[in-house]
Amino acid sequence: MDPKEAAKQQEYRDLVKAMEPKPSLLRNMLLAFLVGGTICLIGQFVFDFFKGVEQTEAEASAITLAAMIFLGAVATGLGVYDELGELGGAGAAVPITGFSNSIVSAAMEFKREGLILGMGCKMFIIAGPVLVYGILSGFLVGLVKGTLLGYFR
Amino acid sequence: MTYLWAFLIGGAICALAQLIMDVFKLPPAYILVGLTVTGAVLNGLGLYQPLLEFAGAGALIPVCGFGNAIATGIIAEVKRLGWEGLFTGAFELTGLGVTSAVVFGFLVALVSGPRR
Repeated sequence: MDPKEAAKQQEYRDLVKAMEPKPSLLRNMLLAFLVGGTICLIGQFVFDFFKGVEQTEAEASAITLAAMIFLGAVATGLGVYDELGELGGAGAAVPITGFSNSIVSAAMEFKREGLILGMGCKMFIIAGPVLVYGILSGFLVGLVKGTLLGYFR
Repeated sequence: MTYLWAFLIGGAICALAQLIMDVFKLPPAYILVGLTVTGAVLNGLGLYQPLLEFAGAGALIPVCGFGNAIATGIIAEVKRLGWEGLFTGAFELTGLGVTSAVVFGFLVALVSGPRR
């Protein structure tokens, strides 16, 4: 390649670099904080409601998670959650509503590939690893803690 | 007061996740897996329960609360059943959530038209 051409390409690369929107770390973090915090705040209202209804705190937290999963599923169906994801990034992905969103949006997207091979196979395409490694780490924690506390006999 | 802490702690966990994602250029799946495992490990160390009591939904709703719930279920079942509990406990507390995600996901996907 002649040097003139190379210089031109370098110039173009510099231009692209200058024009690229700078992903602002602080801005992204602030948005994640606000969106994630708001979802948790809504979760706290739901949690307090079910604490009044359910017998134990464990039951109340399980029902709260299910209710938030329901809200996430509805918001995904309406297309609202995807916009929230664009805005909040990890703030929308990390709460349990994001877990729900990943399952529902995969189900919606792969429905056209069929109910079994599409929706059935690919529903957990994003949520799957969370389950796999959650169970594996829980298993290890249970093994270690059960051994230390002498629960196996 | 719990409302403030739920907002602040929940938001802080998400902001931290966003920071790690941006700095190390990781796809969200890595962060979700990392947080879930962190929740389970913190549970084993006895640190997650105090956080739950302090921050309420701020610790329950982020996905690390899911990992914590898996570990809590397993340990409770191990206490009750011994070895068997290692295999029955994972969905003790999380089964409700996973089943509702599948049921709601299925229903929503059925009624919503294909997008675009």
